[in-house]
This record gives sequence, C-alpha cells and structure tokens, in this order.
Amino acid sequence: MIAELTALLSHPLGQMIAALAAVMAFLAVNGLVLLYAERKVAGFIQRRPGPYEVGPHGLLQPFADAGKLISKQLVTPMGADRLLFWLAPLLSLAPVVVCFLPIPFSPVLTGMNINLGLLLILAFSGLNTLALCLAGWGSNNKYSLLGAARAVAQSVAYEIPLLLAVLAVAFQVGSLDLSAIAAPQTKGLLSWNVFVQPLAFVIFFISAVAETNRAPFDLPEAESELTAGFHTEYSGMGFGIFFLAEYSYMVVVCAVATALFLGGWDGPVFPGPWWFLGKVFALVFALMWFRWTFPRVRFDQLLNVCWKWLIPLGLANLAATAFLVKWVR
Amino acid sequence: MKRLFQTLKGLWSLIVGLKITGVELFKPWITVHYPRQEVDNLAGYRGHIELMPATDDPLTPRCIMCWKCVEICPSRCISLRMHATGEEPGAAAADPGLLLAPEVKSPYSAHLAPPPDKIERVLDSYRLNYSLCSLCGLCVQSCPVDAIRFSRNSYLVGTTRQNFDLDLLARLRNPVDASQRHNNRPQA
Repeated sequence: MIAELTALLSHPLGQMIAALAAVMAFLAVNGLVLLYAERKVAGFIQRRPGPYEVGPHGLLQPFADAGKLISKQLVTPMGADRLLFWLAPLLSLAPVVVCFLPIPFSPVLTGMNINLGLLLILAFSGLNTLALCLAGWGSNNKYSLLGAARAVAQSVAYEIPLLLAVLAVAFQVGSLDLSAIAAPQTKGLLSWNVFVQPLAFVIFFISAVAETNRAPFDLPEAESELTAGFHTEYSGMGFGIFFLAEYSYMVVVCAVATALFLGGWDGPVFPGPWWFLGKVFALVFALMWFRWTFPRVRFDQLLNVCWKWLIPLGLANLAATAFLVKWVR
Repeated sequence: MKRLFQTLKGLWSLIVGLKITGVELFKPWITVHYPRQEVDNLAGYRGHIELMPATDDPLTPRCIMCWKCVEICPSRCISLRMHATGEEPGAAAADPGLLLAPEVKSPYSAHLAPPPDKIERVLDSYRLNYSLCSLCGLCVQSCPVDAIRFSRNSYLVGTTRQNFDLDLLARLRNPVDASQRHNNRPQA
C-alpha cells in the first residue's frame, strides 16, 4: 500500500495531482483564516474587539459566514448573460490553484518543479483580470461594468511595473525558476534580495497590492462609488468564490514576494516551510495593515503612480541591474 | 527638485500613517461588549421623556396637569387623562381649563409644584407615543413646574409598535424596572 502510494507520488502526474489537492485544501483553510484575521486586524486597529460572539473570541465566525454564503440561493440577475455571469467566479478562482504549484515552500516541498515557474504564475494570475471583466460584462449592471473597466485598466497598467521588478531579479539570478531564485538567498539575512534590490521590492509590493485589488487600490470594487463594483450582482457563493480568490491571490503574491525577495525558506531553528509560511503571512498582515491605514486613491492618481513613477523607476532599476550583471560578469 | 521633495514627503506621510495605525493596533479596546457591559457616560443622553416625582413623595408625579406639554408637542405624542378630586376616575372628560386652580399661574410660575391641596385634579395616565416623538424637548422646556425630564433609557428595544407606547405614570410608580421597561402596562 505504502509502496504503491510512494510509486504514485514519485510519478510527476501523481505528484501534481497530490499537490493540487493539497493546494485546494490549503486555499479553503486559508480563506477561513484570513477572513477571521482581516476582521480581527480591522477591529484592533479601530480599537474594538472584532468578531467576538460566535465561538471563543469569535473563532467560529468564518464558519458561520461560510455557511451563510454556501446556503444562499444562487440568483442570476434579469438580463444577465448566464454563461459569462457564472463562468466569471470560477475563472477567478481556478487559476489560483495552478499559481500555487511552482511556489517553493522548501527545496523539497514544491508542487511542481518547472524552470518557468515565475512565468506560469504571472500568466495564470493574469486570468483574474479576465474573470473580473466577464463578471462586469455579464452582470448587466452599470456599476459592475464600471468596476470591470477599472479592473482591466488597473491590472494592465500595474502588470508592467510588476514584470519590470520581477525581471530585475530574474536578470540577477539568470533564472525564472522560483526555487533557483530563492536558493542563493539562503546564505543569511544579507543575501536576501530585498537588500540587493530594495527598489524592485518596493515596486513589486506596490504593484502586487494593485494587482490583487486591495485597498488603497481597490477601485474595481470601490463601495462608496460603485456599490460593490464588479461583484455588485453576486450573492451567496458567487460572491464567496470571488472573495476566496481575492484572499488566495493575496497569498500568491506574498509567496512570490517571499521567494523573490525575502529569502524563501531561509531562517534559523525552525524547518524551512514554516519560515516560508511565516514570511508569507507577515506580508499578508502588511496588506491588511495597509488596507486599514490608507484611504482609497482616486483613479487618475492610481494610474499616475503607475505610469509616472513605478514604470520609469522600474525601467531604471532594470537597466541598472542589466548593466551591473553584464559588467560584473 | 521641489516635486521630488514633495513626493518624498508624501511617502514619509505613508509611513507616519502606518505607525499611527500600528500603535493603535496594540492599544486596549475602547468599546464595550454591550450585553455584558454597559457604558456609563450617559449623563447628557436624551432618551424619551419621563415624569419627575414630587419632592416629598417619590411615587406621585409633580405634574399639575396644565396640558401645556400636550398642546405644544408638534408630533402630538403626549396624551394624559385625569379626573377632578372627589370624582370617579374617567367619569367626565373634564375641560382642563376649568380645573386650573387660581394659585397655579402657568406657564412660568416659579418652576415649583403647587401644594397638593391646590391641585384639584388627579392624574390617571400619562402616555407617550415614542414612535412619533422627535425628541425636540419642547414639552420639557414648556413645563411650568419642571415635571418632565429626559430619561437616560438608552437601551429601549421593542418588536412591535405598541412597545413604544409608554405609560410614563406607571414607569414613575414602578422605578425598580423603570430602566428595563419595554412593555406597557394595560391601561388602568
């Protein structure tokens, strides 16, 4: 039995299926944990207890929320495009599972060892934009459509500085394999890329906040202007899946940031995967901290930050990196 | 150059903001868990009106039944019933003007209740339809003897409209559960 399982897992396909199953389980738990954590962080920053009534210290609140979302009727608005409307949430969540495969939790604990892991994550996370676009288009609602238009403009704009920042690191290491990028950073704190490429890290993180549509860049769902933006018409699990996808993408970008800039699994005493998870959730906490600190930017400000600051800075950083790499070699 | 300086200043302000929320994160809560705790800063709270007791008898209202509050209320949410001393309660719908004792000079007669023997009326009920009240306070202002004040009943909750038809006389006579009174007593 164990020998058969080992044989199955040693096969690349078996390994991939096992990794996908593990990722799905992780995503479900992650959604519940982050739902609770975000509300607690929000509460504590505003000096109130946050969820408190359901279970000890409100620990069962996410289960109550999930139960409510799952048990609600699935309503399709009148005049909506049924196919696109229900395709959108699925298209939003499904690629996230693939995005987790190349993330190196440790040299061994990696879902799928491919040498284009970074490219795979960037390509599949781009599908989220399409999902938001379909959601806005299929809803037959002006707020949804405006939200979707914003989502597309924002994602397209911020993908450029994101790529420029990632490319600088890839130039430096000479690989698109996340394990290969993380491996040279395990020689102590100062070998982390965040100290070698601080500008790239800042650009990457700002772009990541914008790509995940988190505050202060949450214009696609700006509730004070667009009701709920692209997911105005979604209730129940349609909304729940968008929500789950948002939290999953948060973890994906934070995991990529950890592998690219924060030394991956590097750290003393504890085993590598714990360090990796710890860094990821520290970054997720930073995202929540940002959300409850900064007011939402205006749309022109959002695009100005991208086109006038991040892209020129990213280009300069990339040129300097390329020059140094060529010159040092 | 100036623009660069301003941008750096702006970036610094982001860090200042993070520092502020980061410090707040670790401070104790300033809200209370309502069903288990209640706030104690209700000194200036204006709840629905309540009747003030007479100085010598806490169960008797100070009200002299001058009808001022009923007449001035823009929402018509106060209604009171009374009978003349010596008569049966509810025997006659007496004209309030005829019942005024000559010593009681409304509206601004020194804000003191007249001696009980000068009042030739007995208050049967004093009802407030709180669902109509806008808390304007005109009744409190116009009362010649300061017989009405705002209560501090901030936890008034009800499931039907009738829960907000308050019998203030019963509330005065039953001070034990006055703060928790949601229901109305049946009319005597």
